[in-house]
Amino acid sequence: MRVKGAQVSIAAVCLIVGIMFAVQYKTTGFYKQSLVPKRIEDLSSQLNTLMAERDAVEAMVNTKNQQLEDIRNSDKVMADLQKELQAVNMAGGLYPVEGAGISITIGGGQVNIQSEENKNGSIEDQNDLLLLVNDLRASRAEAIAVNDQRITAMSEIRWTGTMMTINGKRISPPYKILAIGDPNTLESGMSLVGGNLYTLKFSRQIDFRKVDNIKLPAFNGPIRMVYGKPVK
Amino acid sequence: MYWIVIVVCLVIGVLVGSKLPIMSYVFTKYMSIAVLAALDSVFGGIRAYMEDSFDTVVFITGFVVNTLLAAGLAYLGDLLRVELYLAAVVVFGVRIFQNLAIIRRYLLKKY
Repeated sequence: MRVKGAQVSIAAVCLIVGIMFAVQYKTTGFYKQSLVPKRIEDLSSQLNTLMAERDAVEAMVNTKNQQLEDIRNSDKVMADLQKELQAVNMAGGLYPVEGAGISITIGGGQVNIQSEENKNGSIEDQNDLLLLVNDLRASRAEAIAVNDQRITAMSEIRWTGTMMTINGKRISPPYKILAIGDPNTLESGMSLVGGNLYTLKFSRQIDFRKVDNIKLPAFNGPIRMVYGKPVK
Repeated sequence: MYWIVIVVCLVIGVLVGSKLPIMSYVFTKYMSIAVLAALDSVFGGIRAYMEDSFDTVVFITGFVVNTLLAAGLAYLGDLLRVELYLAAVVVFGVRIFQNLAIIRRYLLKKY
């Protein structure tokens, strides 16, 4: 009788051990196959090389622009065209500009900064930034930049689900919006009661100030005009 | 006779286990310790059976408690950043070998 009980219990335990064994074997086999850590390492090294590549290309664009400018400067015949070009380039965001204007810093909100996934921004941030940039344009801003990314006619402000990008470059909170224009016009345009900035003050820390002289960087990406052609 | 029962049960267990879904990666470390503890209990049980000092209650409680304790100890070690699971590996490894040696001697005496 005692022997029979022993056999049954040993058999039952063996059954459980077999199940544990198989599950463990399968699990380790699966994770060995998917090579989780190796994949992360691969991706991060890939990211590093791509970032280095991007920086190199950016440096090349800068030197080419410099060369182009040198050529233009030496050409006296183009002097008046030069002036027009400068104005257009400034308006288009291809030249760094400085002047009087305003600065708006949007810090973390009490709700947003807490959770891990909102650390890099959110879809709400995208919408807020778009609205504020639109308001600035309506208040006759001549040049706008968000976190050192110049807003051009083709600039996007986009939340990609993991990060916020402007001009294809990653930006992250806190957001610092700089705008050149008449500081008084900009201030009155932005501080409308019930306006977008007014509403945002309830959820985020906003630092709004008028500045005498700010410098905005140039848009340093490539200009693509493939499909559009001038109308003759 | 009971060797056949043990082997058949192990095979059935492996077959059932291979149908089960895989675990999260986090648990594999604790599971491996638990498997080791379970194996130790099984060999201990077989040894006690051959020595005729087998007690079902002791065996079952030993199996359950050892398994949970081993996994829990490994987890505690991870919390404290001490490689406590190594202690479990060494202890259960040594005990498995000892039990196997005793079982081998019994078998040799028997046949």
